[in-house]
Amino acid sequence: MTVAVNPSQTGEPVFYLAEEHPHPEGWSTSLGFWIYLMSDCLIFAILFATFGVLGGNYAAGPAPKDLFDLNLVAVNTSMLLLSSITYGFAMLTMQQNKVAQTQVWLAITGLFGLAFIGIELTEFAHMIHEGATPQRSAFLSAFFTLVGTHGLHVSCGLIWLVTLMVQVQKFGLIEANRRRLMCLSMFWHFLDVVWIGVFTFVYLLGVLR
Amino acid sequence: MSPDLLKLIFGRLGFESLPLHEPIVVGTFAVVALGGAALLGGLTYFRLWGYLWREWFTTVDHKRIGIMYMILGIVMLLRGFADALMMRGQQMLAFGGSEGYLNAHHYDQVFTAHGVIMIFFVAMPLVTGLMNYVVPLQIGARDVSFPFLNNFSFWMTVGGAVLVMASLFIGEFARTGWLAYPPLSNIGYSPDVGVDYYIWALQVAGVGTTLSGINLICTIVKLRCPGMTMMKMPVFTWTSLCTNVLIVASFPVLTVVLALLSLDRYVGTNFFTNDFGGSPMMYVNLIWIWGHPEVYILVLPAFGIFSEVTSTFSGKRLFGYTSMVYATVVITILSYLVWLHHFFTMGSGASVNSFFGITTMIISIPTGAKMFNWLFTMYRGRIRYELPMMWTIAFMLTFVVGGMTGVLLAVPPADFVLHNSLFLIAHFHNVIIGGVVFGAFAGISYWFPKAFGFKLDPFWGKLSFWFWVTGFYLAFMPLYVLGLMGVTRRLRVFDDPSLQIWFVIAAIGAFLVLLGILCMLMQFAVSFLRREQLKDVTGDPWDARTLEWATSSPPPDYNFAFTPVVHDNDAWWDMKKRGYQRPLTGFRPIHMPSSTGTGIILAGLATAMGFGLIWYIWWLAAASFAAMLVVGIGHTFNYHRDFDIPAEDVIRTEDARTKLLAGAR
Repeated sequence: MTVAVNPSQTGEPVFYLAEEHPHPEGWSTSLGFWIYLMSDCLIFAILFATFGVLGGNYAAGPAPKDLFDLNLVAVNTSMLLLSSITYGFAMLTMQQNKVAQTQVWLAITGLFGLAFIGIELTEFAHMIHEGATPQRSAFLSAFFTLVGTHGLHVSCGLIWLVTLMVQVQKFGLIEANRRRLMCLSMFWHFLDVVWIGVFTFVYLLGVLR
Repeated sequence: MSPDLLKLIFGRLGFESLPLHEPIVVGTFAVVALGGAALLGGLTYFRLWGYLWREWFTTVDHKRIGIMYMILGIVMLLRGFADALMMRGQQMLAFGGSEGYLNAHHYDQVFTAHGVIMIFFVAMPLVTGLMNYVVPLQIGARDVSFPFLNNFSFWMTVGGAVLVMASLFIGEFARTGWLAYPPLSNIGYSPDVGVDYYIWALQVAGVGTTLSGINLICTIVKLRCPGMTMMKMPVFTWTSLCTNVLIVASFPVLTVVLALLSLDRYVGTNFFTNDFGGSPMMYVNLIWIWGHPEVYILVLPAFGIFSEVTSTFSGKRLFGYTSMVYATVVITILSYLVWLHHFFTMGSGASVNSFFGITTMIISIPTGAKMFNWLFTMYRGRIRYELPMMWTIAFMLTFVVGGMTGVLLAVPPADFVLHNSLFLIAHFHNVIIGGVVFGAFAGISYWFPKAFGFKLDPFWGKLSFWFWVTGFYLAFMPLYVLGLMGVTRRLRVFDDPSLQIWFVIAAIGAFLVLLGILCMLMQFAVSFLRREQLKDVTGDPWDARTLEWATSSPPPDYNFAFTPVVHDNDAWWDMKKRGYQRPLTGFRPIHMPSSTGTGIILAGLATAMGFGLIWYIWWLAAASFAAMLVVGIGHTFNYHRDFDIPAEDVIRTEDARTKLLAGAR
């Protein structure tokens, strides 16, 4: 919006643009995606708040100390953190316009993501096997919902990642695909940040509780 | 067939789900079915399906989507108001041992459906529709930021409405009140489909609302025409911006709280149960963290409409533009700090209640500032009492009364007496009808000539106005009295015969409002028939001030042949004053988004998924979900979503307007 809005040279006010350049494609996309991420952030905020309120209500059932295997969670956390780093590498290679390398880094990111989901599901299965089901207490309801919602987001991110890899393969690193990779990048790092919160407030503080 | 197989195919849907034992519902169904068949038959007979599909259902034009939102809102108003009439009738009759004509099962659904429909499917579509139509025009844009998303949002809202309407004839609606508090709404006390209809209708519509909020924020932030700084935006655009910020910052809360309730109902978790550590109070807190901003989501755009109308029909610049903007922003922020006043009686303690009582009272300060701004705008203005201005004045008088009773309710000790009484009902109808509904009507009568090129018939409009206003007062002032006497809300039968007269008065008021609605429908019909006499060719029938009046009525697909450049708050007024000449040559091709059917298909699938989840028809839910994924991902493989309107088309459209304008002079 760097158009001269002041009176033109003749002193006559300008009331319209005789020569107009339409907004470039994707002009609003990053702002829109940011706002979407913030609304998603609010979803997590409410789930965190719910966990904060209900997280101590064990209903004479198992407590975090009895359930959480911090070593496993640490491994899991590193999977997600590593996937964020590799996504960063994908973006760097994207900037250099290297399709094959971008695809490789994206694939590695996906594998880390898959490992994260796999470990999480193993953990869930183990807990449920021990009788710590989401129905057992409000603490477990809140735990499974918060962690599960994050896992669901990562799963959606994986579907999105595969879609984008297909599109990059098909159409190359065109402007639209770069924009999409950028959005997924924001989404992926956002999930990473949320996980830091989960790791801290749910697991670490839970074990201290 | 074996019962297991039937259950697999139809879930818990069966012949007994049809409410054949309720004569009122059967009668309604007959009428709706006949009317629907006539409508569908007519559309087929006149071969309108192709036209509707191409020009309306798949359109990404913000103007057409806005109009469709308004139609949805008005259609649903008829349903929601029918519920209101039934309640008024029941409460008028159920005295002296009479049970009235609605059984408890039915009556509880009626008051729940009334609240849900009026808020989500009447007020929201009307407000969203006006914002959709007007905001891009006011900021000199060609469309919204994400036109496809706009179409999708609209159809998701329709999907929610379809689910609510389906509950009338297939199964039942919730019997919990419009916010479905647990434990009543939990599976133990509401095992039927009612609450599930409620949940999925709101979830489907809620996705649409959230996305439309993101869309309009981006539109206002990124697509303003050159020269329009934030403090040069029209006030309606400002209030729309704040409203959409509120939408994005509150609807996710509703999404989560309903998701948690669904988990409780479907999976057996313990968020809001009474045992295993659950907390129903958590639900009440969370839903009002969404619920209070929601009332400001509805009323802020109305404030914007009144601001535009007041300055146009007073022939003056709006008094205190800056303070109006700041007041709007302050209300936006404060609306997040008051939610607990909806349940002072829950037992949060004196200090918490005091905090929320005080923040609530503080909201009346910026609101009062707005009221004075409108008054000072009118002061020494040349006021024209056209229909939009009449609604505005009715609003100012009515809303002040509602606001004062609100401040009264904000005092926690007073609230302990009035909580859940008819006083509260009178208060929020006072502000929602007096604020939002009157605002929507002011907006409709103000912008109707812009959308259709002819004014609304003033005679039927004024008739409707007087029926509405007197009907409102007759219907709700008695409720204040009854509330002070201690009558609580949602009662079906009464013992004390001395109360009956007040309910009779209220019913008469509701009947007058019915006449008001009928006159309004009549107004649309008469205006359409008299469209030649009511025609406006100038595009500026009210001698108005903002940019939407700078283009033709109805505006061309591309809104403005050339993007306007703005120098003043009242951009169009400034252009008129400084001798702006409409450009007649030099037209170029205009870049526009193309229509797509993806939005309506996705929303249809989402609605089917909701229906499957409501009735435990798991295959349907899974299949529609999978189909949504496929269609959604498939859509992302389409990289060519826009086209150029050729310069010749622009020239043709603009030349036609030049001729019209010459004819008018």
